[in-house]
Amino acid sequence: MTTILLIEQVLNGLQFGVMLFLMAAGLTLIFGVMGLINLAHGSLYMIGAFAAAAVAAWTGNFLLALMASLIVAAIAGAIIELTVIRRLYDRDHLDQVLATFALILIFSEATRWVFGSFPLFLNIPDALKGTIILPGGIEYSLYRLTIILIGLAVAVGLFLLISKTRVGMRIRAGENDREMIGALGVDISVLYTMVFALGAALAGLSGALVGAIQSVEVGMGEPVLILAFVVIVIGGIGSIKGALAGAILVGLTDTLGRTMLPVIFGTFMEASSATTVGSALASMLIYILMAGVLLFKPTGLFGKA
Amino acid sequence: MIRERYLNMMVLALLVLVPAYAVLMDEPFTITLASRAVIFALAGVGLNLALGQGGLVSFGHAAYFGMGGYAMGILASHAQNYEPLMEVPFVIEGTNSMPVIWLVAIVASALLALLIGALSLRTTGVYFIMVTLAFGQMFYYFTISWPAYGGEDGLSIYVRNQFPGLNTLDPIQFYGICFVLLLAVLYGVNRLNKSPFGLALNGAHQNEERALTVGINVYRLRLVAFVISGAITGLAGALFADLNRFVSPTMFSWGVSGEIMIFIILGGVARLFGPVVGAAVYIMLEHFLGGLSEYWFIYLGVILLFVVLFAKGGIIGGLSKKETRHAG
Amino acid sequence: MISTKTKQTLKAVGAATAVALAMTSGAMADGHGKVKVGLITTLTGGGAALGVDIRDGFLLGVQQAGNDGIEVVVEDDQRKPDIAVQLADKMIQSENVDILTGIVWSNLALAVAPAATAQGKFYISPNAGPAQLAGKGCHKNYFNVAWQNDGPHEAAGAHAKELGFKKPFILAPNYPAGKDALTGFKRMYGGELAGELYTKLGQTDYAAELAQIRAADADGIFFFLPGGMGISFLKQYSDSGIELPVVGPAFSFDQTILGAVGEAAMGIHNTAQWSPDLDNAASKAFVESFKAEYGRIPSIYAQQAFDTANLIASAAAKADVKDMDAFRAALLEADFASTRGDFKFAPNHHPIQDFYVREVIKDGDVYTNKIIGVALEDRQDVYGVDCKM
Repeated sequence: MTTILLIEQVLNGLQFGVMLFLMAAGLTLIFGVMGLINLAHGSLYMIGAFAAAAVAAWTGNFLLALMASLIVAAIAGAIIELTVIRRLYDRDHLDQVLATFALILIFSEATRWVFGSFPLFLNIPDALKGTIILPGGIEYSLYRLTIILIGLAVAVGLFLLISKTRVGMRIRAGENDREMIGALGVDISVLYTMVFALGAALAGLSGALVGAIQSVEVGMGEPVLILAFVVIVIGGIGSIKGALAGAILVGLTDTLGRTMLPVIFGTFMEASSATTVGSALASMLIYILMAGVLLFKPTGLFGKA
Repeated sequence: MIRERYLNMMVLALLVLVPAYAVLMDEPFTITLASRAVIFALAGVGLNLALGQGGLVSFGHAAYFGMGGYAMGILASHAQNYEPLMEVPFVIEGTNSMPVIWLVAIVASALLALLIGALSLRTTGVYFIMVTLAFGQMFYYFTISWPAYGGEDGLSIYVRNQFPGLNTLDPIQFYGICFVLLLAVLYGVNRLNKSPFGLALNGAHQNEERALTVGINVYRLRLVAFVISGAITGLAGALFADLNRFVSPTMFSWGVSGEIMIFIILGGVARLFGPVVGAAVYIMLEHFLGGLSEYWFIYLGVILLFVVLFAKGGIIGGLSKKETRHAG
Repeated sequence: MISTKTKQTLKAVGAATAVALAMTSGAMADGHGKVKVGLITTLTGGGAALGVDIRDGFLLGVQQAGNDGIEVVVEDDQRKPDIAVQLADKMIQSENVDILTGIVWSNLALAVAPAATAQGKFYISPNAGPAQLAGKGCHKNYFNVAWQNDGPHEAAGAHAKELGFKKPFILAPNYPAGKDALTGFKRMYGGELAGELYTKLGQTDYAAELAQIRAADADGIFFFLPGGMGISFLKQYSDSGIELPVVGPAFSFDQTILGAVGEAAMGIHNTAQWSPDLDNAASKAFVESFKAEYGRIPSIYAQQAFDTANLIASAAAKADVKDMDAFRAALLEADFASTRGDFKFAPNHHPIQDFYVREVIKDGDVYTNKIIGVALEDRQDVYGVDCKM
C-alpha cells in the first residue's frame, strides 16, 4: 500500500466520519437536551433524501434540493414533536423506543406509498462532479471534499450556536436542569420543538448530501441510525465535540479497517481466507471499538458521568 | 378493571383453547402461529427478567436467541450429515434429540451472557443499551461472514428434532412442548421474582444507592439475572430454529432484539405475562393486518403508537390499572 | 400476448388429455387444469422492487395463459427467512397449494424450498438459484426457471476475457451469493486479477474500495453489488475519475434500478439471459403487454416470473398436478413459448440457456438495456454433476 493510497484512505475515512457527524449531531442534541431516544431519526434522514430527490427532479437545481431537504425534514420533525414526542418526555426510555419504532414503520410505508418501491434518482450537480488534484498529487472527488467542508462548517456553526448564542445557552441549561429553566421563565416546549426540528433538519441534510452518491430508497436510514448511535455513544451523549470526535474515529476505523485488515491478514494467510477473515473482522470492528471505548470510559469520550 | 391475576389466567386459557379449537377445525397453520407466539413469548420472558425486573435494557438479546438457534442448527446439521463435530481430542457427535439440544443451547447462551454481561454491566443507562447492541451486532456480522455454517444463507434442518415419546412433526404436539416449556419458565421466573433474589434485583433497579448501602453486591446480582435471562432466551432460540427448521444470522440482528423488546413493552414491562400478551397480540396483528393492504405496516405502526401513548404500562397495564413495580 | 393459435392448441391438448384420462381411469379427472400456486415474495422494505416485478410478471403470465383453473395466492415475506418459512407452512397446511414460487433471495429460498419439496409440493424458482439446490441438495420437485446463481457471473467472466481484460479488479459483498459471483466470474475468465475484494453486506460508501482500484493498476472492473449497494457504487465510481471498462451481471443494471442510477450506468456491459429488446415473438409480446398493463419496462425479474407462469400453465394443460409424476414430466418438457426463445432444462432442473451481453443505453427518456452480443451459449451449470435425483 503506497503512501498516497494511505492518505487517500484517510481522507475517505474523514469524509465518512463527517457524514456520520451530520447524522449524529442531531441525535446527540435530541438525546442530550431532551433525554429522548429517537429511533425515527433514520426516517428523518430518509425524508430529507426523498425531498431532495423530488425537488431535484422537479427543478433540476441541487441547491434548491438541499434547501428542500432541510425544510421538509425540519417540518416533519416539528410535526412529530408536537404530536407524538411531546407526550414521551416523562415516559420511560422503553416507551420512547416503542413509539419511535412505530414512527419508523409509519414513515417507511408512507414513503413507499407516495413514491413507490423503486429507488429514486438523485445525482451530484454538474458543478461538483469530477475530481481535483490535491497537494501531494492525490486525485480526490470534488463532491466528497465539499461534503467534508459542509460538515465541518456545520460543526463550527453548531458549536457557535451552542456556546455563543442565547438559544445555545438555553439549550445547555436545559441539558443540565430542565425544571429550573422552566421555572426561570423559558418556554421549554418551544425550545424543545426547535431543538428537535434542528436535529431533524441536520438528519435531512445529511440524507440529501449522501443520497446523491448513494441510493435513495426506503429503509436507507436504519443502518445509518445504528452507526449514529454508535458514534454518539463513543463520543459521549449530549456533546457536539464528542459527536465530531466519535464520528471521525468511527469513520477512520471503518474505512482503514476495511482496507487494511485483508492486507494485513494476507501477509500470513492465503488470499481468499485472508479476505474472508479480514472482511469479517472489518465489519465487526466499529462495534469492537465501541465496546472497547465504553469499557475504559463508561460514559464515552466526552460524556458527562 | 380486571385484576392482573385473572388477566393472566385468561391468557393461559386462550393459549390452550385456541390451539385446541384449531385442531378440531383442522387448521394446522393457526397452531404454527400459536407456536411462534409462544416461542417469542418465551424469549420475551427471558428478556423481561433483566429488563423489567432488573431495569437492564439489553438491546442485544438477539445474541442469545441466535446462540440458542445456532446451537440447535450446528448439532442437528452434524447429525443430519452424519459427521461428528469434533474428533480431537474427543469425539463429539451431532445430535437430534431435543432435550440434549436444549441443554446445550441453555449452557451456551448462559456462557455468552456471562461474558457479555460481565463486560457490559460496567456501564449504565443508554451506554449499557448500546454496548449490548454492539455485541449483538458483532455476532450478526460474524455469522454472516463465517462460511462453515452457511453464512448469510443460513442452515436448513430438514427434519424436526426428536423428543422421546412424541411425534414432533405434528404441529399440536410441537406446540404442546413449547407451551409446557413456557409454563415451566413462567412458574420459575415468578418464583424468582418473589424470592429475595428477585426483590433485591428490583430494589437495585429502583434505587441503586440504597441497595448498595444495604450491602447488596449489585453487580453480581445483575450479572446472575443477566445470565439466567440469556439462558431462557437461548432456549427460545433453539425452539424457534426447530419451528422453522432453519437458522440464519438474522436471528442475531438488532431487528430481532428490537422485536423482542417491542413485545415486552406492548404487553407490559415487568408484568409476568407482559411478553406473552405482547407476543401474541403482535403476531396476530401481523397476520391479520397483512391481509388488509400492501401498506399494512402503517396500520401496525399506528396501533403500536396508540398503545404506547394511551395505554400506560402496556396492554396488561392498561387493562389492569394496578400499579405494580413501575419501571421508572 | 399468446397467439390465438397457441391458445387453441393448448385448449385442444387439454381437451384431448382430459378425454384420454377419462377413458383410461374411468372417472373424470376433476383436478385437471386446476392448479393452486402460492407466490411468496418481497413486497415491503428495501428489496421490494424485485418482488413487485416478480409478482406483476407472474400474474400477467397467468392472466394471459387463459387457464381459469390457475389460482394464485400472493404473500409478502418482508425479506425475512422466518416469515417466508411461516408463509410456506401456511400455504401448504392451510391453503393447500400445489406449487410454491416467488422467492427473490437465495437465503430465503434455502429456508423454504427444501422443506416444501420434502412435504411433497413443487417449488419452482423464478429467481434465486443457489448452488446447493443445483447440486447436492437437488430435488425432483424443485425447478428453477431463471438461472443457477453462477450463470450471469460466468457470462460476465467469459465476456471480460473476450474483451481482452488482462488484469481486472473484482469485487462483491461478503456473503454466499457474493462469493459465488466471484467464483463464477473467475471460472470463465480464467486469467490474472489485479485484485479481489469482499465488501461488507449493505455497505454504501465505496470510497476506500475505489481508491484501491485506482492504486491497483487494473484494466477493467467486474462487480456484483445488487440493489442499493450497486447504485451507490456506480454513482461513486462515475464520480471518481477512474475510466475503466466495467462488466457485471445484470443485477446491478436491471430496469428496477437504472432509473435511480441514470447517467452513471451508461455504456456498461452487463450479462443476463434476456433483455427487453430480445428478438423473438414471445418476448416482444411480453414487453408490449407488460408496458400496457403496468406502465413500465419489465426487468429480468418480471421476465423470469412470466416464464415461470407460462411453464406452470403449459404443464397444467398436459397433466393433473395431483399426479405428481405426470406433472413433473410435463414441467420437464418445458413445452411453452419462452421469452428466451428455446428453453430446456438440464437434468438437475436448471435451465440450459444462452447468456447475452447487454449495454445500457438511453431510449428516449428512459434508461434500458440493449443486446450487443452473446457471452455464453447453451450454458449449463457446473453443479449438476453432484445432483443425484
